Amino acid sequence: MARFLAGRLLRAFITLFLVVTFAFVVLRLSGDPAQIIMGADAPHEAVAAFRQAWGLDKSLWEQYLGYVGSIFTGDLGRSMRDGRPAAALVAERIPATLALTIPALFLKLGLGIPAGIYAALHRNSAIDRVVMLVAVAGFTIPSFVLGLLLVLVFAVQLGWLPSGGQESWRHAILPVITLGIGGAAVLARFTRSAMLEVLGQPYIRTASAKGVPWRRVVSGHAAPNAAIPTVTIIGFMFGSLIAGAVVVESVFSWPGVGRLMVVAVANRDLAVVQCVLLLVSFTMVAANFTVDLLYGLIDPRLRTGAQGGH
Amino acid sequence: MNLVEISGLTVRFGAAPALRGIDIAVAPGEALGMVGESGCGKSVTWLAALGLLPGKARIEGSVTLQGQEILGAPAATLDRLRGGRVAMIFQDPSSSLNPVHRIGKQVTEALGLHRGLTSAAARAEAKRLFELVGIPDAQRRLDAYPHELSGGQNQRVMIAMALAGQPELLIADEPTTALDVTIQAQILDLLNELRREMGMALVLISHDLGVIAETCERVAVMYAGRIVEEAPVERLFAAPSHPYTRGLMAALPPIDGPRRPLAAIPGTVPEPSALPPGCAFAPRCALAREACSVAIPPDRLLGAGHRAACLVADDALVPA
Amino acid sequence: MSVPLLVARGLARRYSMKRGLFGAPTAVAAVEGLDLTLDQGRTLGLVGESGCGKSTTGRMVLGMEAPDAGSIAFAGQPMPRPGSAAWRALRARMQMVFQDPLGALDRRLTIGAQVAEPLVIHGIGTRADRPERVAALLADVGLRPDHAGRYPHELSGGQRQRAVLARALATSPELLVCDEPISALDVSIQAQVMNLLTEIQARLGLTMLFISHDLRAVRQVSHRVAVMYLGRIVEEGAPDAVLHDPAHPYAQALVSAIPGQQGVRRIRLQGDPPNPADRPQGCAFHPRCPLAGPVCRQAVPELKPRPGDGRLVACHVAQGEISPPMQRAA
Repeated sequence: MARFLAGRLLRAFITLFLVVTFAFVVLRLSGDPAQIIMGADAPHEAVAAFRQAWGLDKSLWEQYLGYVGSIFTGDLGRSMRDGRPAAALVAERIPATLALTIPALFLKLGLGIPAGIYAALHRNSAIDRVVMLVAVAGFTIPSFVLGLLLVLVFAVQLGWLPSGGQESWRHAILPVITLGIGGAAVLARFTRSAMLEVLGQPYIRTASAKGVPWRRVVSGHAAPNAAIPTVTIIGFMFGSLIAGAVVVESVFSWPGVGRLMVVAVANRDLAVVQCVLLLVSFTMVAANFTVDLLYGLIDPRLRTGAQGGH
Repeated sequence: MNLVEISGLTVRFGAAPALRGIDIAVAPGEALGMVGESGCGKSVTWLAALGLLPGKARIEGSVTLQGQEILGAPAATLDRLRGGRVAMIFQDPSSSLNPVHRIGKQVTEALGLHRGLTSAAARAEAKRLFELVGIPDAQRRLDAYPHELSGGQNQRVMIAMALAGQPELLIADEPTTALDVTIQAQILDLLNELRREMGMALVLISHDLGVIAETCERVAVMYAGRIVEEAPVERLFAAPSHPYTRGLMAALPPIDGPRRPLAAIPGTVPEPSALPPGCAFAPRCALAREACSVAIPPDRLLGAGHRAACLVADDALVPA
Repeated sequence: MSVPLLVARGLARRYSMKRGLFGAPTAVAAVEGLDLTLDQGRTLGLVGESGCGKSTTGRMVLGMEAPDAGSIAFAGQPMPRPGSAAWRALRARMQMVFQDPLGALDRRLTIGAQVAEPLVIHGIGTRADRPERVAALLADVGLRPDHAGRYPHELSGGQRQRAVLARALATSPELLVCDEPISALDVSIQAQVMNLLTEIQARLGLTMLFISHDLRAVRQVSHRVAVMYLGRIVEEGAPDAVLHDPAHPYAQALVSAIPGQQGVRRIRLQGDPPNPADRPQGCAFHPRCPLAGPVCRQAVPELKPRPGDGRLVACHVAQGEISPPMQRAA
């Protein structure tokens, strides 16, 4: 167990380090923050002063080492745009993002899993075909297209719901649906194939042969086994609670973490981008870690692990 | 009165017939062997009888349990019967047990369903069953998972689970095929002992005539979805009548005597979707006549409890 | 008069196996201290239960896996390292037939293309005479020329195993290792394949290692039989000698367990099949052995000729080194 934890922590650390490095390289090589923030026609002296103030006049290596060093001491830097601590800027956006992603997560789980199970149990029926058609559509249509489509129908044509902004709960409905549909579609397909795989296993026939009623075969014998592969996808969905709304937040002008990052990238506001990326990769790594632990919980074969059947 | 009677049972998957009219009966306490090669329908017969085939299977005919029709019975009736009066165990014990449930729980589930036992009483009975089937350290093994046990031990768990409902009939579908030779012998001995002690009937499905010979009183030989020969076990080995039965016996390498090429049956089993007209074995049969390819040969009575579906069965009885 | 084609001495192969998600790897000895001699033009039947290391032995004999200890000499030369040029050249002289013929064939290639493949790889013959050679090989294994144009899924199990055999024979190998070649086949087809193997072995003078769990099949095709238990050979001799008068207590149990014998008292072994990850001290069979004494728990018995008839057996009791305990119920 200790070995496993240590290995996992090391991998998580390396992942975070690579993300930070990658972001630095891409952002610093794709444009000069001083020029972008000060504007193209800013006086030369002003740009030079900005560079000096933010340490942009030093060599790239020095900037990189200084940056990584400060992250290690817990200092995530300040926004080049308004000088406030990047961590605070990001933190104040988190609730808005979660207000979209948490209801969307419930929508994904509540819609995707039952739809997948139902489709598997009624394989090749008309309902199975409809569910799978919707599921394919759900995850092939990009979320910005789906978002715009929903806006066009429910905001522009029917006028039932607002098209953007964050004034009331009604403003959240369209973005939540946009986010939830795609995930529900992925989950439905995954659950269906996991369920079909399990229903074909000999132990399902054993359960029927010992007189377990079909409903209990499905809930008590098939579902716990089908949950094992499905947990991976659900874990990924938890991991994207913070980062999964970048596109949707932009489409619906929702002031969350995603939109903050889009703006910060456009401005080459390095500290803010880094801070968002750190947060995002941290949640991903944490979700993955939880999934691994969950595997051990729901699959006894991984817990004790002696190879079965000699 | 027979315990189970199957008559005119046919099963088709789509256009391909899997069973083409099965008539067989099991008397109370009797051990019946069903032998044949893969795809002959020996397993399908009993899966169909218990309603365990997938929904796309088209089943016709009649299966009665002590006179009561069970083919197409309501789900609730079948659920009471399966694992209750009729239990079944399968070929690969390790994948026939649910990998995420403790084996004790899988046995107590059956005890709850068929004998209304719960919690402590069910656990005590499960432990007794484990001891009965020879699982060492039964108390502790109740909390083990299938992957922590060997294949042979898992088959014992399957047998314990099957006994939970105090069945009148146990159907064992290739119960030793996935096991090692020495373990196979242990499991067959166990099945024999349990049957004698509990007076239950046994249907042993196997591809191995040797396994059947040791365990059963009567044998039905199947080929391409039909029973081609049925006889008391001693009689079948002493006077095999259907050329297919004789071919199966000759194909088994002897363990003594001179070593010479085996008398292999030529050709292969026909595809269910492309069965020859008449006797399905005719194209591989050295004794086939023109008449064999005209109509499916009717059963011929060759002695007490001995029948063969072959036009030349009497001739075949004469040693070559 | 027998000339050894392959001699293996003191072979060992150990794997490291991880137990579960959080487990530390443990060493598993699949084969430990195994001596094996394959005589030219003869068939050795290697019999044992799952996990005894017989398949690992087959792969080491072919040089597909390098032993962790011990030596293998083929035709007097040491076995080259897997992957080396000398090893690749040797591949043409030794071939393998597996249990699952469908898995051994490429389902996207015709049978003819797959039988021709070894000829192409080893540069045997010219492009022009390959179709003729393929047709001859197919005829050798009892397939028709038109089978060359078929795909694996269009053949029956027995026909596929024939195709695998034709491919193995393409390079005219001297050594053929067959790992459970009939256990995936139906009874009537098993007989066909056994007949084919014995016929081809005799006609081509092949040296063959026939690996199986089925003692009847081993007797049918082999000139000698070796019984394996937990990574070692425990008894070796002529098939009828081993089957009718087994010397090792494990071989006795194995023989008595052959189904369908009339009037044979079955020796019922106690306990589970052995676990290579948990090898007992001394004789690996002692925890299940009805005859084991204190010596068996400490000293590993050596495979050597038994006084009297010279049967090769690795057992302190059979060798007369210790006397069996008073006849217990087996």
